[in-house]
Amino acid sequence: MASQKKKHLLPGFGLSLGYTLVYLSLIVLIPLAAVFLRTTELSWHEFCAVVTTPRVVATYKLTFGASLLAAVINLVFGLLTAWVLVRYQFFGKKVLDALVDLPFALPTAVAGIALTAIYAPNGWLGQWLEPHGIKVAFTPLGVVVALTFIGLPFVVRTVQPVLEDFSAEAEEAAASLGANRWQTFYKIILPAIWPALLTGFSLAFARAVGEYGSVIFIAGNMPMISEITPLMIITKLEQYDYAGATAIAVVMLVISFVLLLLINLLQWWSNHRHGNK
Amino acid sequence: MPFVLRSALLAVLFSSVSLQAAELLNASYDVTREFYKDFNPAFVQYWKEKTGETVTINQSHGGSTKQARSVVDGLPADVITMNRSADIDILAQKGKLIPANWQTRLPNNSVPSASPTVFLVRKGNPKQVKDWDDLVRPGVTSVIPNPKTSGNGKYSYLAAWGYITQKGGDAVKARQFVTELFKHVPVLDTGGRGATTTFAQREIGDVLVTFENEVYLLQKELGEDKYEVVYPSVTVLAENPVSLVDKVVDKKGTRKVAQAYLEFHFSPQGQALAAKHYLRPQVSEVAQPAFKKLHTFTVKQVFGSWNEAENTHFSDGGIFDQIYQK
Repeated sequence: MASQKKKHLLPGFGLSLGYTLVYLSLIVLIPLAAVFLRTTELSWHEFCAVVTTPRVVATYKLTFGASLLAAVINLVFGLLTAWVLVRYQFFGKKVLDALVDLPFALPTAVAGIALTAIYAPNGWLGQWLEPHGIKVAFTPLGVVVALTFIGLPFVVRTVQPVLEDFSAEAEEAAASLGANRWQTFYKIILPAIWPALLTGFSLAFARAVGEYGSVIFIAGNMPMISEITPLMIITKLEQYDYAGATAIAVVMLVISFVLLLLINLLQWWSNHRHGNK
Repeated sequence: MPFVLRSALLAVLFSSVSLQAAELLNASYDVTREFYKDFNPAFVQYWKEKTGETVTINQSHGGSTKQARSVVDGLPADVITMNRSADIDILAQKGKLIPANWQTRLPNNSVPSASPTVFLVRKGNPKQVKDWDDLVRPGVTSVIPNPKTSGNGKYSYLAAWGYITQKGGDAVKARQFVTELFKHVPVLDTGGRGATTTFAQREIGDVLVTFENEVYLLQKELGEDKYEVVYPSVTVLAENPVSLVDKVVDKKGTRKVAQAYLEFHFSPQGQALAAKHYLRPQVSEVAQPAFKKLHTFTVKQVFGSWNEAENTHFSDGGIFDQIYQK
């Protein structure tokens, strides 16, 4: 044979790729295709009308805005939490470590009810915040709180192993070469954990966008103010408007996909840059 | 071997048929859980005495519209018991599971019980709420579930609208009134139980607008001394219709027992059980508990039909949506 195929080091590439494709098709692609197919019941004009009503547009702003904000909060405090869990030894560390996973395991409705109970005007925290004019439950702020809660584990769990692998010697070397603390963090540590941070960020963001259960209890669900996009989808279904519901779902899918793609590109770009250094 | 296999298959087939014949699935809405916990054993006993057969009744509960959707999408429910006829109509419209005239097949338009929309206020009625007009007074807030996602919320909205038109007001006045009313609603929960929680546990709002039976259940759960019921001068009567799911019962061969199950709702015993759970019996007088006489109207009387009410008020861009458009 003239054009010898490049041999893979590991055997079974064809078979495993086949499985991967079948699996992805069954679990992801076919259901998503059904969503797109269902919207074809609507004409293009109807589709645009459904997805651009002021009330629906207001929900996009809240859902994506609050998800982004929650992911940014988690980026900062998730990193801090991971740092503390990796770098320090203290009493009760194992318990704290286990607590991080709780938002994963908790049914989202339970999280929503618990958060609402705490932040409601008569709740533990709510009764102190209310006199200062800070309303959390039944406002968009409550949505951010719920989304921050459910997104917490993602950043911690993606950054933690990278930090664990990162040797303290590198920091010591930087220090002995004259770098101050900020320079050490910015020039040495951050580049190393940046890809993991971005992954955690995008996971937290993606999870927040699709969240329904926990938000619904704390949001108050006022039209134009505190309705999230998944609620609009449920609302359409409650009216037996399947096509309208899937139309909004498609818009959500496309926006999410584009945003995640952008984050991936950013990750690729930063890897590339640091790789070339 | 093939013979053994075939007979084994037949045996499985037959046993499942005979098993199915004695099993009913009732798809119902959220707050009937307690009622059917009483009602089902009573029917099982009645059926055993009458025919000698043992029937098992399984319940599926959830938001009414969600339940109806599940049945349309293939949940094999033999009977469907809802709090709005629109949620059963959909079985005829979308799924072709039942004939369009399903309401004519049982007494009283297939409505064995009903519950009016009333007010629940905090002990002592601190805001002195007596009627619908008080709900739009400055400083009074009410908790009503979202009419777009909750049958309970739809009824509350329509009750407020009907209050104005029954008094002789026109549609413009009624529209002003419901617009004002929903400006006094701080939280729109997605369902009736959620609204109850917001009112009772979160202590939000001065008034909870909900079904009478929900009010009584709440008082039983949380103590009678914490809240008071207020009966408005005019209100809507939320009818709870029932129906067979023809396609399912014919496939499973359960039509006879399912029909008997529905008819049992209209029997004196079934009616008494409804009353015990504070659902107003619609076909026979029951002594206990004594329900307060009310001036009520049905959705059909004021709005023509549920379909018309949906299209005018709750469809996208309908009157309810316009309340929130700036």
